[in-house]
Order: sequence, then structure tokens, then C-alpha cells
Amino acid sequence: MRSRPKSSSPLCRFSAAVFAFCATCAHASLPTSIFAPHSTPASEENKLSYFVLAISALIFLGVSSLLVYALLRYRARPNDDTEPPQVFGSLQIELSWTIIPILIIVVLFLGTARVLFSVQDAPKPPSALDVVVIGHQFWWEFRYPQYNVVAANELHLPVSTRSAPRPAYMKLTSADVVHSFWVPQLGGKTDLLPNRVNEMWTDPQQTGMYVGQCAQFCGPQHAKMLLRVYVDTPEDFQKWISGQQRMQAELGQARASLVSQPDAGSSNPAVPPHAPATHAAPAAQSGDASDAIDARNGQLVFEQQACINCHTINGTIANGRYGPDLTHLMSRATLAAGAAENTPGNLQAWIADPSAFKPGCLMPAMHLSDRQNAQITAYLLTLK
Amino acid sequence: MDGQSMPAAQGIEGALDRTPAHSARGTYLEVVHSWIVTVDHKKLGILYIAYALVFLLVAGVEAMLIRIQLIRPHNDFVSPFTFNRLFTMHGTTMVFLVGMPILFGFGNYLVPLMIGARDMAFPRLNAFSFWIAAFGGLLLYYSFIGGVGLAGTGSAPDVAWFAYAPLTEKAFSPGHTVDYWAVALLASGIGSIGTAINILATVFCMRCKGMTLLRIPLLPWLYATTSFLVLVAVSPLTACQAMLLIDRYLGGHFFDTQAGGSAILWAHFFWIFGHPEVYVLVLPAFAFANEIIPVFSRKAIFGYPAMVAASVGIGFISLGVWAHHMFTIGLTSFGNAFFTLSTMLVSIPTGIKTFNWLATLWGGKIRFETPMLFSVAFLFQWVIAGLTGIMLSVSAWNWQLHNSYFVVAHFHYVLVGAIVFMIFAALYYWYPKMTGRMLDERLGKWHFWLMVIGFHMTFDFMHFPGLLGMPRQIYTYEPDRGWNTLNFIVSIGGFIQAIAILIFVYNLVHSYFRGEEAGPDPWDAWTLEWATSSPPPSYNFATDPQVASRRPLWDLKHPEDPDSAFE
Amino acid sequence: MATVSIQHGTVEGAWTQPARGTIAMVSLIIAESAIFTIFVVAYLYYIGHDVLGPTPRQVLEVPWFYSICLISSSGSIVLAEHAIEHGRMAAFRLWWAVTILLGITFLFGTGVEWHKLIVHDHLTISTNLFGTTYYSLVGLHASHVVVGLIMMLFVMAFSLAGAVRQEHAYRVKTLALYWHFVDAVWLVVFTVVYVVGR
Repeated sequence: MRSRPKSSSPLCRFSAAVFAFCATCAHASLPTSIFAPHSTPASEENKLSYFVLAISALIFLGVSSLLVYALLRYRARPNDDTEPPQVFGSLQIELSWTIIPILIIVVLFLGTARVLFSVQDAPKPPSALDVVVIGHQFWWEFRYPQYNVVAANELHLPVSTRSAPRPAYMKLTSADVVHSFWVPQLGGKTDLLPNRVNEMWTDPQQTGMYVGQCAQFCGPQHAKMLLRVYVDTPEDFQKWISGQQRMQAELGQARASLVSQPDAGSSNPAVPPHAPATHAAPAAQSGDASDAIDARNGQLVFEQQACINCHTINGTIANGRYGPDLTHLMSRATLAAGAAENTPGNLQAWIADPSAFKPGCLMPAMHLSDRQNAQITAYLLTLK
Repeated sequence: MDGQSMPAAQGIEGALDRTPAHSARGTYLEVVHSWIVTVDHKKLGILYIAYALVFLLVAGVEAMLIRIQLIRPHNDFVSPFTFNRLFTMHGTTMVFLVGMPILFGFGNYLVPLMIGARDMAFPRLNAFSFWIAAFGGLLLYYSFIGGVGLAGTGSAPDVAWFAYAPLTEKAFSPGHTVDYWAVALLASGIGSIGTAINILATVFCMRCKGMTLLRIPLLPWLYATTSFLVLVAVSPLTACQAMLLIDRYLGGHFFDTQAGGSAILWAHFFWIFGHPEVYVLVLPAFAFANEIIPVFSRKAIFGYPAMVAASVGIGFISLGVWAHHMFTIGLTSFGNAFFTLSTMLVSIPTGIKTFNWLATLWGGKIRFETPMLFSVAFLFQWVIAGLTGIMLSVSAWNWQLHNSYFVVAHFHYVLVGAIVFMIFAALYYWYPKMTGRMLDERLGKWHFWLMVIGFHMTFDFMHFPGLLGMPRQIYTYEPDRGWNTLNFIVSIGGFIQAIAILIFVYNLVHSYFRGEEAGPDPWDAWTLEWATSSPPPSYNFATDPQVASRRPLWDLKHPEDPDSAFE
Repeated sequence: MATVSIQHGTVEGAWTQPARGTIAMVSLIIAESAIFTIFVVAYLYYIGHDVLGPTPRQVLEVPWFYSICLISSSGSIVLAEHAIEHGRMAAFRLWWAVTILLGITFLFGTGVEWHKLIVHDHLTISTNLFGTTYYSLVGLHASHVVVGLIMMLFVMAFSLAGAVRQEHAYRVKTLALYWHFVDAVWLVVFTVVYVVGR
């Protein structure tokens, strides 16, 4: 009993579904779709992709319909034992299906080369914003050399319109292993390698928040090395820069009058996914000011523990480079490169046990008491 | 089999060897011993294939665990450490412990038979190659229990199958995971190089009388090309692993970026191995297609000389495309352009082969037994895989697609959709020769259709998360990116494929005992292996064959219309 | 019978194919060349990239004498091949021994050089990039010399026991092919390390 060959009807239905899906992807608001470009590199790559997809679709339809036809037309009929005529080759046919693919390749290559050179070798305009991106296991360091600003995990860029272009030219390197910077709507990815500086640029054309993540396996928490890019209006961007430039000492003066902080652990409803059960909201205040859960005591604990070995807070003695700069921690919407929302509850849980959020991340649990964790949290909450 | 499919075979029994393949079998221990000490290419071939099938199941389980973890976002079925081990081991196992061995197994079995030789050129080297490759595989899996890793959970490699430096340096991987990876693959690599040397010496030096190089079947041609690629490509991997071990244990600085070392050098060296490696895996699949499609179309392969030239051409061009795995690593635009062009060029000879297969079908009388079903699916899937490969070769678009699930979908389309499907076709086609029994056709069709449905469900849909920005090698993903339903469908397809494969394993075992007797030539084919009994005697041919064309059995069966009149 | 006989007469002329041993040795040489190429590329890539430590120019002395020994051993082995092909076994043993001695001299020279580098210049494989790439590349070559010498010593021993005769010329030539490869690699390594790298 011979079976029917693969029929063409499921194939047609499937192709239609594929095209419909592609169209959906292109217009959907899915945040990391490569079919929703918002910068020049991304749009150039997107247009090229349509060109390539069209050629591929034509080739596929052509070849597969010939295949289907051959399978149907030349299937063996029952009760026919004779052999068909033996054909060993044909020079003309073989030449044609050598020449035509060569021509298709030439067209494809030229189309690719045009975009490749125009994006990769684009000259840098004087109005460009310089950003240095340094990859770490498992977080992102961002430096703005023109402004003397160091930030982490959340990148702010000014919008770049045709009337006021302000592309961001980025230099990328790594402090440890190979990473890759990928925010699909703002362009293709570029790898970050230690001992090597790569370059890429983007000119985001619409304000908003764009997301992405590390795209080169870099260790246990590769999956949680997320990226956020805030594209601001020029005014908002300048405001953010100014905020980042404020030294912590200025902030400290503003806080000098504060004696205590509201309860750090209980006000936030958002619970981290793997919250250890141990950190119930600590008692509000004890009578002893040196034991109070407030920012001043928190700063003392922070500076006495090993925190300062890894973290920097401008204006204090903390200037470690191994972990993210915390000077403006509260200006960020997420913690731990996107692993959790930046809320007081999450912050305290994170300090108590980072591996509850990111098992395998390089920040150790310091095994401090709940009170100390609350104090540190209170201090960090002032780092706006 | 219905008798009407093989009328021509009946007239030539007198010319075929009907000697029973084995005499008194001896005790159980003697049988096992004979398999352990064998240098017979047929037994070694079967050992390779059995070894590979065992690891296929193991790596398949690893894949299922991966898909269960990814079936929904923020899943906690396995820890990140376990997940990283799973995908590393799944990839490493499938390439080195399934793909290479099963293809060498078929090569071992078929090449001497097809060229009318008594055995491979160096039977003892053959045995040594198998056992050292097997040792490598066992060493790799011993890592699961062999010692304390970074998080105290065993030392199976967890650095991805391409083990980028400097993640693999002692500073970032202080446990032993990388060491197991490097040493186990070093051992397997020695086995591969030994087999490659053997195949080349056999094909060039042991052909029977009259079998010029342009008369050997296409399978030995493709295996010779594959072997050449193994020589030139596996050696760089051996060099890489030696450098890595020097760094890890002798204080070397090859990839120590603090001392001026370079991460990009590892990438270059690895992919100089890695790209030809995938051609090492796919060329044997082409070899099977070259043998099976003509027989089931009842026509000679269309354009034999072009097929030879295209196959050898693919081998050579594949040595010059490796940096298409590195378009995002920061090469110059000229470098990116060069590798774009070289990669696109490889599609020319590949296209020639595909069109030649189409032309072989054209005008034939196609029969759809299970080997042909898998070959037909291979043809469609190969075209799609090749097209997504072209998409990936467009370097400017590759900057979006690289390291996303689009790449994972593409290479699984090649590895599963083309290679595994052709391996299944080859097993259905040559199992009768190896065991003397036919595999069950009904079970074969169940296997086929479930594989097709499961394969497409998983790997067609897998392209879309990539297009929507999902990177690979992540143990979980964010729920607001639009990847959830797609991952769910992908995982379900995996289960369907698992069922298909279980049916196949049952078929393999059941048919060994209860399958229909095959006879020497159940498919009415034309190459020399079908001129022996099933299974063949240990000496293959009682007297050396002599041939005058590419299809000696066609000449025998059709004395009025022999190929030798046309060649 | 399993003769698959043809219909149209027999094969014209003699049926000759290349020798198995030669094809196998050539294949092995191709594989080994690929390994050496990777180490040579690493060496070239890292020239000048050291952050600290001794540089090639500071510590490397060109080993003219020992290199000439090794390259001449290719000449002596050719003489040994001719001898055995023509059945002159005493001459074969003589030239074979000369080849072995020249190879041992080369290894001795490598040892002397490494002793100087390690003890006097404090250059080890872990010192810097130059140390790593130098010892790896030269060491890889030296290990191939060692393997070649061991094989040749076996042949010497068999020959002294009278077991090597004229009909074994083909096997000797196959081994000699390996030795020629080792010498050719030294030409490349010598150029890369002592000429280009300095």
C-alpha cells in the first residue's frame, strides 16, 4: 500500500499563515520585534530584510511548486513495472540553473553591501552623543564622557529627529567575558569583547522606552542581563544628565535634616518572585537613634561592610568598580539589570539575598541582619 | 513488500551470493566478545550507529527538558545552572556523539561495499577510532557525576557548545566543566580524524576493477569530501582545545585578555572548525539522498559529473565562510562583505544539487515507501533551510538575527529537517541490508507523519520568537515580549517528535526479530552492496567484482540497455 | 558466486590505484598541517601584543646550527630511502642512523635553548603572550620530532635484528614522508619565530 505524497494544500495554507503572521509582527507593538524599526540602522536593516524575504519567497514558491508537480505527475502508477527512460543529464538545463542563481546572488550581495557599508561606515557627525558601554557579568555600565556621567543598566538617549539629528555613537567593550548589546527596535546587535573596542551607532527617532537584552551567552545569568533604553526629548535628556551629574554630597546636605525614614519594608505591595521568608518588615523605630532604621545609619553600615569594595557612590568613600554605580540608583526603574522592579521591598530583598532574584549573579549575600538590611535600604532610597 | 514492485530482481539470483551471513553463533559471551574485538567495517559501522542512537535518545531527553523549562515565561522547572548544562550538552551531544558517529557508521558500513572492497583500508585503525570516540562520549557524560562544579552540582559543561573564551578561562569557569568538554572532544576528534584517513585511503586505493573514480557511486564521493573536511576542520578544534587547556593548566595566555590575549581569536579558530563541521554533518545526508532518490524514482541520478563537482565545490567553499558566525563581533565592513559573498556563493553548488534531485524525480516513476517519504520531506525542508541560511548570510540583517531563535530554528531545520530526516531514510533503506529484515512499513508511516507534524510545529514556529527579539541560550524570558504562545507551540511540537522517535525505536527492535525477510535486494537498487546477501558475509564478496559503469546491477538487470553503453 | 560480472569485455590494461600508506600519510599530514597553521596564526597574531615580559628580540638567538642539522636530516633520509630501494641494507642502516642522530641533535639544541630561556631569561609558558605562543608552537613541533624519532628508532631496531628488507622500502618511504613533513614545518616555524617575529 503506497501512501500519498506530501500534498500541496497544507503547504499553501501554511504559507498564507506565515505571511499573515509576518504582517502582524511588522505592525504589532511587540517591544522587541525587528519589524518595528525606530532608528536609521534599524530601518535600513528592515528594508533590506523585506527585499531578502521577497526573493526567498519567490524562490521557495518556484522550487516547491516544481517539486510538488513532479511528485504528483511522476508517481508510479499501480501495476506498472516498467522502468522510465533513463536520462543522465542535460548541459543546457544544468548551465541555466547555475547561471540564474549566480545572478540572484549578485543582486542579493549588492543590496546587502549597500546597507552594510552605509550603516557600519557611517561618518560621525559633530553633534553626536558619545556613549561608552561596558559589559559586565551580568549588568551594563554606561558612561557619557562628554558629561562625566556614569550610569548603569538603563540607558538614556536623546531623540534624534531629521531637523535636529543627535545620533548616539557608542563604543562597546567588556570588563570580563563576551556580551552583546541588542535593542532590536534601535538596530542590530554588536558584541562587547574584553580588550577590544567595538563601535555602533543609533539615532532613535521616537521618544519612549525600548527594551532588549544581552545576546551572547555570558554565564549563569545571561538571561537576566536585560536592557532598557529611554529615548527622551532633548530637554528631558538634559534634565536627566543634570540629575546624574549632581554629586552625592549635595544630596547629602539636603538630607541632613532628616532623622528617620518611614518604614522601609512594608509600604510596597510588589513582592519579588523568590522572596525569602525571613525578611518580615522590621520594627519601626527603636528608641535608640544609633540603631534607628534611617539613611544615616544605613550609610554607616554601607561604608563599614564590603559594599564599598564593589560599588561607587559619588561623594562618599565608596568607589568600587566591580558592581554598578549606585550614585543615582533611585533614578532607575529596575534593579539588577531588569531582574526586578525598583521598589523598596525588592531592594531590601535583593540586598538580603541576590541569588533569590538572579541565582549565579556575582553579588554575594552579605548575611547581615534584617535591621542592617533595612538601614542600607533606607540609605539607598535617598540616592535619587 | 508487494511482489509487483521488484520484478527485475528475480532474474539475477544466480549471480548473487546467497551464503548465509553467519554460521553457528556461539555462546552469548563469544558473541559480545566478537563485537568488542571486531575490526570488520560492517560491525564497526553498526556499533557507531547504535552508539549514536543511544545518544540521540539522551540528547532528545535534554531537549525535552529544555522545552519544558521554556514552555512558559519565568518557569522554574530547572535552575539556570542546570539549564545551561542542558543546552550545552544537548548541542555538544547531538553534534559530536550523534551526528558524527552515525554518519561515520554509515560510511564505514557502506563505502567498502559500494566500491567492491573487502574492508576499509586500515581495519585496526578503524576499530581504534571507534573506541576512542566512544571513550570521548562516555567521558563527556561522566562529567555529570564526576566532581564538584561551580555551584556544587556536578561538572557537565555549561559554557554553550561553542565555549567562547574568555568565559572558559579558569577565571570565569573555575570548576571542571570546561575540562570535560575539551578533553572529551579531543578524544572524539582523534577518532574522527582516524576514520577520515581510513575513508580517504579506502576510496582512493581499494576500488574494485573497472571502478574508476568517475564510476564510484556518489556516496563514496561525498564521504571522501567529508573526510577531507574533517582533516582540515577538526584539527583546528583540536588546536583550540589544546590552547584552552594550556591556558587553564599551564598558565598560558592565549585567551587571557588581561595579558593581551584575544577573545576574537577563539571565535575565529572555533568557527574555522565549526562551519566546515556542519558540512561534515550535511554532506553524508546528501550522500544518502543521492542513493535513495534515484532508486525510488527508478532513474539514474541526473547530472553525475555536476553532482561530483558541486559536492567537492561545497567542501572547498565551506572552508572560506566561517566568519558569517561573527558578523556582530566587530570585523571591518570589508571583512563582513567578504564573508557575506563567500557564504552566498556556497548556495550555487548547493542549488545545483537540489535541482539535480528535482530533475532525477522528473520523468521518473516515483514510489513512496518510507525511505522515499523521508527523502521527499528532506527536499522541501532543505530548500527552506537553505533559504533561511541565505537570509542569515545577509550580514546587515544578520546583525538583528544573530544569536536569536531565528538562528536556532535555521540550524535545526538543517540538522533535523535535512540531516535527521535523511538518517531516518537511510536507516529504513539500509536496515534490511544490515539485518536481513525489513522495517515495518505501517510503523514507518506513523513515524514519518508524526515527525513531519512535530518537526514543523516546533521549527517553523521557532523562527518567530527570533524575529521578535528572543535571544538564544536563555533559561527564561520576559512575559511581555510576545514570545509566550510561540514557545508553547514549539514545546508541544517537541513532544510529538519524541513520540515519533519512540515509535521508530520500537520498530527497530521489533523488526529485528519479527520483520519480513528482506533478501539481498529488496528495493531493486543498482549499487554493489545489493549484490550481497542480507546481511553480507564477513568477507563481503567471494570474488572481487568487476564493473563497467556507475550502476553495475542495472547493467546486470537490463542487459539490453546497460549504462556502460552511455558512459 | 558473488561475481558481478560485466557485459562488455574486461578492464583494459592494469588496474592501478594509489598506495594506501601514501594516501593515509598524506591525509595525516594535511590534518597536522591544519593544527600547525592554527598555532602559527596565533603566534603571528600575538606578535607585539605583550603587556609585559621579555620580547623575542631580547631573548631569542637564531638556532642556525641545529636547524641545519634538522634540514640535512631530510637529505640523509632520502639517501636511506635510495639505499633500501636498491637493496643496499648496510648503506640504509648507516643513513638511517645519521638521520636519527641529526634529529637527536636538533632536540638537544631545543633543550639548550629552552634551558637558557627559562633559567636565564625567565621566560616560561605562563610569563606572557610570547612565552605562551613560543613554547606551544616550538613545543608542538618538537613533539612531532620526538614521535618521528621513536618510529625511526623502532625501524632501526628491526633493521639491526635483520627484519627489514628491500621489500619494506615502501613502508620506510611512508615514514620518511612524515619526516619530510616535520622538516618542512620547521622551515615555517623557523621563519615565523626567528625571522618575522623578531
